[in-house]
Amino acid sequence: MAEEVKLFGMWASPFSRRIEVALKMKGIQYEYIEEDLSNKSPSLLNYNPVHKKVPVLLHKGKPVAESLVILEYIDETWKQNPILPADPYEKAMARFWAKFLDEKLWPAAKKVVLSKGEEHKGLIEEIQEHLKTLESELKEKKFFGGESLGFVDIAANIIFWLLVVQETLGLDILTEDKFPGLHEWNHRLLDDAVFKECVSMERLLASFKVRFGALTASK
Amino acid sequence: MEEENQIKLHGMWGSTFTKRVELALKLKGIPYEYIEEDLSNKSQLVLKYNPVHKKVPVLVHNGKPIIESLIILEYIDETWKNAPRLLPDDPYERAKVLFWASFLHQQLFEDMGRVITSDGEAQEKATKDLFEKLTILEEGMKEFFPGGTPSINGENMGLLDILMYALFGPYKAHEEVLEMKTIDPERNPLLFSWVMALTELPVVKESTPPHEKLVALVQFIRENALQSCVA
Repeated sequence: MAEEVKLFGMWASPFSRRIEVALKMKGIQYEYIEEDLSNKSPSLLNYNPVHKKVPVLLHKGKPVAESLVILEYIDETWKQNPILPADPYEKAMARFWAKFLDEKLWPAAKKVVLSKGEEHKGLIEEIQEHLKTLESELKEKKFFGGESLGFVDIAANIIFWLLVVQETLGLDILTEDKFPGLHEWNHRLLDDAVFKECVSMERLLASFKVRFGALTASK
Repeated sequence: MEEENQIKLHGMWGSTFTKRVELALKLKGIPYEYIEEDLSNKSQLVLKYNPVHKKVPVLVHNGKPIIESLIILEYIDETWKNAPRLLPDDPYERAKVLFWASFLHQQLFEDMGRVITSDGEAQEKATKDLFEKLTILEEGMKEFFPGGTPSINGENMGLLDILMYALFGPYKAHEEVLEMKTIDPERNPLLFSWVMALTELPVVKESTPPHEKLVALVQFIRENALQSCVA
C-alpha cells in the first residue's frame, strides 16, 4: 500500500521546488497541493503553525517543515538515490554549503530586486563575492555533489531565481566569463530530467517581468 | 595500530556558539584541546580553516575543519555514537528537533541579540518580538516535556538542551545589564524551569564562566553596539 505523502508548496518558491526535486529523484509518489500564499489554506496553517510557510511535507499524517530539514527527512526515510553523502565529514560540508546558500546568497538576491543606487551596487558586489566562493567550491566537479546531483545542488536551485532576476532587470551578475564553472553547472542542471521539471524558468521570467519589469527604467 | 583521534576546538570563552560545542564534547566524554581565540586578532589557523566566514567555533578532527555550531553538533553526534545521543534516530523525531533547533538558533538568537544591542523604541520592538517567540517556544516544547517539568541529567541531554542553555544560561547576566527579565518564571514557566534544571547540572556548571565575567561581556557588547549607532 502506498504511503501517503503530500507536499504543500508554491510553484514559484525555490524552497518548495527543492522538495519536488528530491521526491522525484527518489521516485516517491506524492500528492501536490498548490498554496495561494495570499490566502493560505487551513491545512497549511494547521501543519506549520509556527511559520505558516511552504513547503510542508506530510508523511503518514505527520508534518515536516523547513526545506533543508525536509530534504534530510526524505533522505533518511527513503534510502534509494541518496542525496547526502554517507561520510559524516562530507555530510557536514554539504550542510555548510546549503546554509551558505540560504543565509548568505538568498537574502542578498532577494534584496537586490528592489534596491537602488549605492545599496544596489553594494548588493551586486556582495552577490558576486558569494558566487566566487561557490565557484571555487565547485571547481572542476560536474555537480556540487560530485558525479551526481546532491543536497547542495538541490539547495543551489536559488541560483536559478537569481538568473531570472538578472534577466528581468537587465543585470550582469552571474556571467559566463566571470563564473564559467557555475555557468556550465546551470546548463547541466537544466539538462537534468528531474531538475528541469522543477524550475519553470519561462513561467518565472514571465511572472517576474510582470512584477518587476518596470524597475529596469528606474536604474 | 590505533588511529590517532586528534580533536581541537578553536573558540571564544564568551561565545554562545563555542559553548554549545564544548558542552557536546564534554557530554560525550570526548577529549579535546581547546584554543582560545582573540576575535580581534584571529589566528592564522582559524582563517585557514574557515576562510568563508573567518569565525569560531571551528572543530578540527584529525586535521579536518568543521564549522558552524549546529553543523558541528550534528557531526559530533554522527561520529561519536555513544550516549547521550544529541539527536533522535527516528527521522520524524529528528526533523522535529531540527525544526526547533533552527527556531532557537536563528529566530530567538537574533531577537535576543537585538534586545541586547538596541535601546529606546528599537529595543521595545525587539523585546516584544522576543517575548512572542518565547511564547511560541513554550508552547512547542510542551510535547517534548509531557510531564511538565524537565528532568534532565548528563545522560539524556540533547541538542535542544544544549541550545537552550547556550542562549539562556546567562539569563542573570542579561537581566543585570538590561535591567529587565528575558525569560520569566511567570511568563514562561516551562522554559524557565528547563533552564534552571540545565544550569544545575555539574557538566554545565563547569562550563559556565563566572557571573561577573559574563556581565562584563554583555555590557561590552551592548555599549559597543550602541556607540556605533550614534556615529
